[in-house]
Amino acid sequence: MTAPILKRCGYATVLALSLHLSAGANEPTQAVPTAPTAQPLFADAAIESRLMLLSRELRCVVCQNEALSESPAELAGDMRKEIRELMKAGKTDQEVLDFLTSRYGDFVLFRPPFKPLTYLLWIGPFVFLGFGVLIWFMALRARRTFKSAPVSSEQIAAAARLLEEKP
Amino acid sequence: MKRWLPLVFFFVLVGFFAKGLFLNPREVPSAFIGKAAPVFTLPVVGQADKAFSTTDMKGQVWLLNVWAPWCVSCKVEHQLLMALADSQKAPPIVGLNWKDKSRDAERLLIQTGNPYVAVPDDLSGRVGIDWGVTGTPETYLIDQSGTVRLKHVGPIDVDIWRNKFVPKIKELGA
Repeated sequence: MTAPILKRCGYATVLALSLHLSAGANEPTQAVPTAPTAQPLFADAAIESRLMLLSRELRCVVCQNEALSESPAELAGDMRKEIRELMKAGKTDQEVLDFLTSRYGDFVLFRPPFKPLTYLLWIGPFVFLGFGVLIWFMALRARRTFKSAPVSSEQIAAAARLLEEKP
Repeated sequence: MKRWLPLVFFFVLVGFFAKGLFLNPREVPSAFIGKAAPVFTLPVVGQADKAFSTTDMKGQVWLLNVWAPWCVSCKVEHQLLMALADSQKAPPIVGLNWKDKSRDAERLLIQTGNPYVAVPDDLSGRVGIDWGVTGTPETYLIDQSGTVRLKHVGPIDVDIWRNKFVPKIKELGA
């Protein structure tokens, strides 16, 4: 399962043959690794910087933990091309995000929206922090209200004797 | 009882982590379930003068299988797709040739058999993006009204067909 993912995400093309044998996975790019050809430098610097910023917020759907901006997967390239064209057509960043989430779901966003399905995701860490603080306070209080068992005068005398003893 | 609480908490946590470890991260729910399937018209592999349109399938339950001739796992499910096509009982399967040469697709289908009623050719991958395709193979179930009912990522095997697709298809009355 992991092997074809590595390949798709642009690592060691040398491994391509052996990875090929592992069928059963979902394979998004062309099997024959093609070296990325030099792209003509972008025509519009403003669009390019917008694309760069926006695609850092987006997940590559092939290499799931990689940002769209840095993924060498073929599909990521197609998606960047799509975004570039949407921007050229005058779409705002929000409209581009809407375009992608309507197709790939909130999953493409590294920062998913705050809604019932994601409440646990967003609030969960703070709930755990709250638990920690609660346990901490309880431990502190238990320590403060700790009552030692009554000690008899003989026990105190025995302790004093022990302390005075030279080793 | 109080003494055991941390241990219980620990095992609950381990349970969650274990479950998470065995989930398939590629199985991302489609944004289209219960929504209208994206419409497209594309040329057909091997018949340059013909076009396939999603509107051709209106009124029937059908499957869209996203595949490509280079894709190894597509070959794994090919046999099952052939059996489904032969059985006459399964819904018609449309095979979207995703981002690969029409000629290769045509050759492969001649060599290994063609389970598809039509093979639209998505060379640019544009239609793939419209459908939220992340790779091949992927299979969508579309109902009579053109609504996406199911998406499966990865090759279909007999178990997946029986447990995932068949109940949904029965539900749709096809």
